[in-house]
Amino acid sequence: MSWQLNKKYYPLLITFGLFILMFLYGSINYTGFSSPQVVLNLFIDNAFLIIVAVGMTFVILSGGIDLSVGSVIALTSMVTASLLQANISPIIVIPIALLIGPILGVIMGSLIHFYNLQPFIVTLAGMFLARGLSYVISVETIAISHPFFQFMANTKIHLGNFYISISVLIAIVVVVAAIFLAHYTKFGRNVYAIGGNEQSALLMGLPVGKTKILIYTLSGFCSSLAGLVFTFYMLSGYGLHANGLELDAIAAVVIGGTLLTGGIGYVAGSVIGVLILGVIQTLIVFEGTLSSWWTKIAIGVLLLLFIVFQRLSSVRGRSKTGLISEH
Amino acid sequence: MLKSRLFWPVIILLIILAINLFFDPGFFKIEVKNGHLTGSLVDIVNRGAPLMLISIGMTLVIATKGIDLGVGSVIAMSGSIAAMTVVQGMASDTSLTPLFMAIAAALGLSLAAGLWNGLLVSRIGIQPIVATLILMVAGRGIAQLITDGQITTIYYEPYSFIGGGYLFAIPFSVYLVAAVLGIALYMTKKTALGLFIQSVGANPEASRLAGINSKNIILLVYLFSGFCAGVGGLILSSNVSSADGNNAGLWFELDAILAVVIGGTSLMGGRFFLMGSVIGALIIQSLTTTIYSIGIPPETNLIVKAVVVIIVCLLQSPEFRQKVLRPRMKKPHKKEPENSLNEQGVKIS
Amino acid sequence: MEKHFPKLEMKGITKTFPGVKALSNVSLRLFPGEVHALMGENGAGKSTLIKVLTGVYTKDEGTVTLDGKPVEVSTPLEAQNLGISTVYQEVNLCSNLSVVENIFIGREIIKRGRIDWKEMNRRAKELLTELNLDIDVSKTLGSYSVAIQQMVAIVRALNVKAKVLILDEPTSSLDLNEVQQLFATIRKLKKDGLCIVFISHFLDQIYEITDRLTVLRNGEWIGEYKTQSLPRYELISKMIGKEFIDSKSINENPVAENKGVSETVMEAAQLSKAGNIHPFNLELRKGEIMGLAGLLGSGRSELARLLFGADKADSGTIKVKGKKVHLNSPKQAIAHNIAFSSENRKSEGIIGDLSIRENMILALQGRQGWFNYMPRKQQEEIVDEYIKLLNINPPNPEQLIKNLSGGNQQKVLLARWLLTNPDLLILDEPTRGIDIGAKAEIQKLMVSLSEKGMSILFISSELEEILRTCKRISVLRDREKVSELENREHITQQDIMREIAGGVG
Repeated sequence: MSWQLNKKYYPLLITFGLFILMFLYGSINYTGFSSPQVVLNLFIDNAFLIIVAVGMTFVILSGGIDLSVGSVIALTSMVTASLLQANISPIIVIPIALLIGPILGVIMGSLIHFYNLQPFIVTLAGMFLARGLSYVISVETIAISHPFFQFMANTKIHLGNFYISISVLIAIVVVVAAIFLAHYTKFGRNVYAIGGNEQSALLMGLPVGKTKILIYTLSGFCSSLAGLVFTFYMLSGYGLHANGLELDAIAAVVIGGTLLTGGIGYVAGSVIGVLILGVIQTLIVFEGTLSSWWTKIAIGVLLLLFIVFQRLSSVRGRSKTGLISEH
Repeated sequence: MLKSRLFWPVIILLIILAINLFFDPGFFKIEVKNGHLTGSLVDIVNRGAPLMLISIGMTLVIATKGIDLGVGSVIAMSGSIAAMTVVQGMASDTSLTPLFMAIAAALGLSLAAGLWNGLLVSRIGIQPIVATLILMVAGRGIAQLITDGQITTIYYEPYSFIGGGYLFAIPFSVYLVAAVLGIALYMTKKTALGLFIQSVGANPEASRLAGINSKNIILLVYLFSGFCAGVGGLILSSNVSSADGNNAGLWFELDAILAVVIGGTSLMGGRFFLMGSVIGALIIQSLTTTIYSIGIPPETNLIVKAVVVIIVCLLQSPEFRQKVLRPRMKKPHKKEPENSLNEQGVKIS
Repeated sequence: MEKHFPKLEMKGITKTFPGVKALSNVSLRLFPGEVHALMGENGAGKSTLIKVLTGVYTKDEGTVTLDGKPVEVSTPLEAQNLGISTVYQEVNLCSNLSVVENIFIGREIIKRGRIDWKEMNRRAKELLTELNLDIDVSKTLGSYSVAIQQMVAIVRALNVKAKVLILDEPTSSLDLNEVQQLFATIRKLKKDGLCIVFISHFLDQIYEITDRLTVLRNGEWIGEYKTQSLPRYELISKMIGKEFIDSKSINENPVAENKGVSETVMEAAQLSKAGNIHPFNLELRKGEIMGLAGLLGSGRSELARLLFGADKADSGTIKVKGKKVHLNSPKQAIAHNIAFSSENRKSEGIIGDLSIRENMILALQGRQGWFNYMPRKQQEEIVDEYIKLLNINPPNPEQLIKNLSGGNQQKVLLARWLLTNPDLLILDEPTRGIDIGAKAEIQKLMVSLSEKGMSILFISSELEEILRTCKRISVLRDREKVSELENREHITQQDIMREIAGGVG
């Protein structure tokens, strides 16, 4: 029994092992790498990416994809910055900012469900739209000086000699809530069922349409929340913020062990996926002689390994239950 | 059939051009200056050349029910390696040799990239979106690796000719587009390749049972798409006489997909329209030009594209047609009748 | 007393699809505690009837009553809520989820706002134990055999307090032991008073497990019978539709007489594929038409697919014209001059978005390769020739094939293969779903092709067709080739039916 359970968590274990190996490599080769603050910095620098990756996990688990996340972050930061510039209180600004993603998500989810459009192309349009709208607000960077945002940006929560930021707390809350959502609610299980076999999910009487729309709404919300966290981090709004972030988020989810075709994967895996991306960056910074583009190449190589691994294991899996597919 | 498919794209293109004419009466004027054709129309074609090329390659990929997200990165890689080859070659040589070496290096690398995508999709059997995503991420890193992250400027006359030169008064890039389009049209019309691509894209299993080797066909279309992106990358980097691994070809994959879809090729594979995609690319380019020339903030370009994508996709969606365009159909989501005709329409002698 | 009132009754059910009457005035009665077989060949309307009952289709006419009360079922969910549950042949569950989840998903046990996994695990174990199944419920469904997946599907159905359980070909991918395990479950459920609808192509199983049966043919209700009092042979004739006609009158044998011993075109020895077809031997001679008779699911298509390399055989050998060959893909088979037209015209035959011309030349062009493209003019000549020869309508080569009627699509597919001038032509149900005129044309064509030296392997559900055209007939039953008959004067449809039925009755 335990052997089989382990097998289910294989990809997760591989991801975690990879993270540990990379971290050990760094600790052995570079002085100061093993400091707990380095680990905490991974969280501080990637809090927004963790939040986006959580939303993306649900989308990919259901067999879809969301390319709009990076642009939604930019749009959220622009809306926030421009409203603050107009002297509107954060009490009003923050709820408005948090509504941007969900609204776009509902629209995209509805187009995908009702008109059976491909998620890829719909969220691509969403990406264009959100990026375009943020440019319409302004093509310049808008700096933020509001005390509340300064507070959120600069507050250090001390843990002994080390510290984290408020954004990290937000990210942790999101991750815990997402794990609960995925494993202890009907919605979460429906997501897995749809990703596993949408046709079956329909025949089992599950609310496929409603769930799909909710998934994109959830991802939109995560993007907006991440946008807010990103705004705390950057203290500015800018149309080019988070350019190409959707690729990082997808990469983190895949490296985290989630099957790109849907149905299998864990929120926790995506978090480790983000941390792996962070460690790669940190390693390259510590190395000093390596340039930043090695990050992209390394991510590409990891993506390749995980995708080929997934593909090979799914081929094996299918030949085992071959009889089902043949009829 | 082909004519009716091209009808709407051509009309849209004409409308966009007509709007320009309204704002700028001299829009359609073409002059000969210094032995070069100049004018807004020539500009659109010249600037649209890379997108047209990439759309041609993308059309064949989409016709096999695939997609190539790597083209943007291939553009960056191709431009980078060409520029770096020129920079290194120039130290010792001022003849045309560096040019040919640059072209060979760029096309070689792009073909290798296409081969890579093609092998992942056709041999390992990874979904096209996923398989080409790898190169989309890593390719840009490789391009930056080649240029060492710098924007390298090239001072070498022959190289600028590719994207900026004129031959018989016409921009040289137009010849390149014509040549690649010619190859594609020849291969798909004068050999059986077009038939095989369509049959594999429309019904892979029936094609297999008819003895078509779909693997090699799929490999070939990705190879060709890589080649097209490579030529496009050469033009783009030659245009600006520099190599920029980070920004060259950014979002080209998305524009190319858009051009193909506007041109009438369905993302579900099967029938494809090379000329439609070329016109689609021209539409996108003239949209950009128009937005600049009539003083709308250029940022709205993205919004217009978003709206166009959704409208085109909705028009292609059977569900949308049934629910919205013909709303009085009974019970739209019971979509069985069509399928069950085959299953049930048996022995009705 | 309850026995006299049906738990569920469907009356006068009619369902029309554009151009096809799929069900006309069909009835079904289910009594508590019975296993009821729904019998019929392909296209008889079994699956349409089930889909009406489970709310996948809406009926045009007729009534459904459950416990004496009329009910309207318009979605699968409504059917489930009424207690009508279906277990489909292809196990419509999610193999990526655990066994527990597959049983409970959609109606999870929620305690204090969260899913109570502990309680669900316990209940799942309990339900499975009732069916004598002791498995680890937290493992993913995909890690179990199809038989166990089938059982889990049944448990899921029972967990909704099912009154009516529909088992749609539950045994088609089970081995003998697994079938017995399933039957034990069915017997137990029957004892609990459940109505079970059992659909299967395996006659042995029908006679073993069912109490009564309803036969449908061509969308019409043929009758309701007690299983044990209806001999197999009669059952088959009711399904196939020839009631004791002496078919000698039909049998004006057009088959050319055997001119000495002609050469062997293809020879299969002990060819098999696990789960598809048991090892069989088959020899096809030049210029002969061999018929493959058997019910749907008897392994006829599976046999044909092995001969064409569409599926790979596990064991056995194939010789083409005396030489041993490996057929690992259709391409290789075509290179050996073999042609195969699948029974699934729409999904495995036509390429709907392409024209008549393109569909027709596809296989020939595939063999010639990319660069050897037939000039357009030559294509048009060939296509026109075959359009005339086969009387294809509309005679416009550029018409998209999806716009043609079934019969004309079939003719285009025939032409596709005739263009390759094969030595062996395998036709799987080429006359299914096409009108009687086209049918006769295709039969005539087959005979004339065989006279010119082509050998043909002909699969059909209609025995009359087979008798009319074939020289030898191989009979399949339960995925096994059981006999080979020479089509001589004394052979009748009854003889073949008897073979199909297993020599009993």
